[in-house]
Amino acid sequence: MTPDLIAFFVLALIAIAAALGMLLSRNAVYSALFLVLNFGTVAVFYILLDAPFIALTQVSVYAGAIMVLFLFVIMLLGTETLPASKALPWQRPLAFILALILAGEAGYLLFFRNVTSGTIPQPVQTFGGPQALGQALFNQYLLPFEITSVLLLVAMVGAVVLTIKKKGEQ
Amino acid sequence: MTFFYLAPWIVFFPVIGLLVNMIFGGRFSEKVIGTVASLASGLAFVCSVLLAYSLTGHPEAFRWTIGEWIHIGTLQLDWTFRVDTLSTTMMLVVSGVGTLIHIYAIGYMHEDVRFKSDLKRFRRFFVFLNLFIAAMMILVGGDSYLMLFVGWEGVGLCSFLLIGFWYEMDTLARPSWANSNAAKKAMIANRIGDFGFLIASFLMFWAFHSLQFDQVFQQAPAIAASNPGLITAITLFLLLGVTGKSAQIPLFVWLPDAMAGPTPVSALIHAATMVTAGVYLIARSAALYVTVPAAQFIVAMVGALTAIFAATIAVGQYDIKKVLAYSTISQLGFMVAGVGMGAFAAGMFHLVTHAFFKALLFLSAGSVILGMERGHHHLAHHKGHDEHGDPHEEVFDPNDMRNMGGLRKTMPVTFWVYLIGALALAGIFPFAGFWSKDEILANAQQGGFTAVYWLLAIAAFFTAFYMGRQIWMVFFGEPRHEAAAHAEESPKVVTVPLMVLAALSVVGGALNLPGVETLTKWLEHTVEFIKPSEFIMSVALISTALALIAIFISWLLYGRKPLKAGEVDPLKKMLGPIFTGMERRWFVDEGYKALFIDRYVDIARFTADVIDWKFWHDWFHEKVIAGTYNWLSNVMLNRYADQRGIDGFFNGLGEWTKNAAAGLRRFQNGFVRSYALFVLIGVVAILGYLLFK
Amino acid sequence: MVPVSYYVALSAILFTIGALGVLIRRNPLIIFMSIELMLNAANLAMVAFARIYTVLEGQIFVFFVMTVAAAEVAVGLALIVAIFRTKHSINIDEMNSLKG
Repeated sequence: MTPDLIAFFVLALIAIAAALGMLLSRNAVYSALFLVLNFGTVAVFYILLDAPFIALTQVSVYAGAIMVLFLFVIMLLGTETLPASKALPWQRPLAFILALILAGEAGYLLFFRNVTSGTIPQPVQTFGGPQALGQALFNQYLLPFEITSVLLLVAMVGAVVLTIKKKGEQ
Repeated sequence: MTFFYLAPWIVFFPVIGLLVNMIFGGRFSEKVIGTVASLASGLAFVCSVLLAYSLTGHPEAFRWTIGEWIHIGTLQLDWTFRVDTLSTTMMLVVSGVGTLIHIYAIGYMHEDVRFKSDLKRFRRFFVFLNLFIAAMMILVGGDSYLMLFVGWEGVGLCSFLLIGFWYEMDTLARPSWANSNAAKKAMIANRIGDFGFLIASFLMFWAFHSLQFDQVFQQAPAIAASNPGLITAITLFLLLGVTGKSAQIPLFVWLPDAMAGPTPVSALIHAATMVTAGVYLIARSAALYVTVPAAQFIVAMVGALTAIFAATIAVGQYDIKKVLAYSTISQLGFMVAGVGMGAFAAGMFHLVTHAFFKALLFLSAGSVILGMERGHHHLAHHKGHDEHGDPHEEVFDPNDMRNMGGLRKTMPVTFWVYLIGALALAGIFPFAGFWSKDEILANAQQGGFTAVYWLLAIAAFFTAFYMGRQIWMVFFGEPRHEAAAHAEESPKVVTVPLMVLAALSVVGGALNLPGVETLTKWLEHTVEFIKPSEFIMSVALISTALALIAIFISWLLYGRKPLKAGEVDPLKKMLGPIFTGMERRWFVDEGYKALFIDRYVDIARFTADVIDWKFWHDWFHEKVIAGTYNWLSNVMLNRYADQRGIDGFFNGLGEWTKNAAAGLRRFQNGFVRSYALFVLIGVVAILGYLLFK
Repeated sequence: MVPVSYYVALSAILFTIGALGVLIRRNPLIIFMSIELMLNAANLAMVAFARIYTVLEGQIFVFFVMTVAAAEVAVGLALIVAIFRTKHSINIDEMNSLKG
């Protein structure tokens, strides 16, 4: 057991626990906070995987912007908890069975098909850094990059249009 | 200096003329229409003259190709005009006589369209007439049998159109389909002949691998030596074509009925030009005919028999045009006999002179008819001041010679030109007919065709007799009808062409005078089998004597004591049933009706009633097919296959689909979460498939 | 060095949890969060594979996924707000008016 591995398992356990906490919390606010924790651990994993730029984006965009938005909406609507429902009685057991099968399939794939065997080369120093990603985004992927800006603009306009209150509306 | 490049224009000019009249004629006056048409024909005549002039310095056949036509395998045919002495002779006759008739028709049709009260048809007439000239020029100018056939069919079409020109009325302008029936009769009789022509062409192509004249004629002697039966078949099938177009036995029956057409048509198509196409065809095919003497003999006999047969019928006719029609058949018989005997020059000579005097006679007859109609009109106008005539008015036939008489005084010009034509036809010295007819007779005697000679001599006797009878009945004696008494002479536009033709009928014999032989030497360049004929004094004397006797007899019967109105024909009193036979055309039409037409109708009725209706419809379609089908559908398909099998299957399918839908719609419950569940099921399943496949 | 396959396994576990959340929770906000979790798991896998094959494209793709996720959240939350305004509830089991 190397320190690396210990750190990984600890962090992995935190991530899984946070994910389960998000899933099981009755209160939506707790769920959101658990998710922020999960996103944070995943950001650390990104750093371990030589993706520092992505890790920082993860923190700022996901853990920062998106989750704040979630919390705003939860609190704005005041719907932290919901009453119990009798609809779809088979939903829950089926979902568990399917999730188990999915996990089993994934595990089978990982540990019996040996997809990641072989030595992993050490990347260059700048791999995954802002400079490398910036070079790629503004040269090779310039058009998709510009399209994402349009997409964000459309999403922004869409959000405004959906939530705007028309005159005379209650 | 040669003008051979003008060859196609003999066709183009008439075509241009008819196109101009067809497109712009609606705005033209009658005079302009007539002038355009006559000019088109006249220019074709000028071209023909220039072509003939060119041939004098260059007598070999000249061929002028204007375009490719059919190039398939060994069949190589072009639109080629052949200018040689034979075709140019025909071109001169067609366009020359044709032009005179065009001019005549301006005057004739002017009145005809007014008598029959349809002014619009004036233009149509001249379009048809120009079309005829064009087709006839293709016929005589073609360089192959197939091009000849194109013209052959073209003139047949024009003949049909012009016979049925007044298609919805009879000759007396009463509503009837008589004229269109006459046109159909001509068409059908000609179809039989054309069938022979086509078979001959097929055989020719089979034997010679060509339809071009020179190539066919070059190979003819070799093929005739190795396979004479084939050439005989070709020539006899050609003869069938000739009997159709040139109205010989057995297909002559259409020509008398063709007189239903306007008189210029009778003159141009059914006397001077189209009907002589058969004679031209035999003269053109001389190289084939001379190789098979048996076929030549048959042709000569057909001609001779037709000549005498038609001549006897002509004696018994009362219709002025019918007499001339049978006379035409008879004279065509002379020509066919002539070319059949190998006397090609004599046959062509008679063709030319006959074109002059028969056109003259027809046109004069037209003038007589117009005079009678004018007299009748004048009368009706005087009696009741009523344009439409008295409803109780008797039916007046302006063609009937029994209504005429004494026209010598009222129509002097017509009388004189008619007399010249009649004398030329009767073969009186020195008119054109004397020379040409005698040449045929001399050839018959010289060539050893004794039977043909005597048949033709007797036919000549009858010819002189019926022409004498006609002259006496029409122009002498007293008018037998008030219309005849009030008849008027025709205008200049009608009489001037008559005088030109009369002059030609007088001097036409000069074309081939014995000893000079202009036409014979002219044609020799093309038809190399022409034997120079001798002038036999005994033949000439006998035929002249026969003609004079015939005229004397006709004077005894009709001239000495002119026929009175309503009196029975004196010949009928003398001959009784024989005359009835002549009058009724020896019952040929009735015979054909009983032999062929009724049988044909019987067959048609049998096929329609028994084969088609009873057998096919009642039995086969109704019983066999419909019955079997009904049985199958009722018993088998409906009860078992359809109701149980197919209905069961499709109803079951419908039910199953309904049930399946009712089951499936429970999944479509509107809950997003359950949809997501299905998505996950799909994901798990696909992943499982990929893992364990 | 931690074997990269461990990251992929973690990613699979997180993804399964996210999928389970989508299926069993009735609060659309939490469903949304679960979707974000699934996206995150996928991102993790992609970054891990990018590391294995030393190609930058995996990370580039993650960048775009994040952008799209941000847009999706913006529109999705706006939709939830709009639905809440009209129905005064956001219980997803009450939204079944599209049933067949």
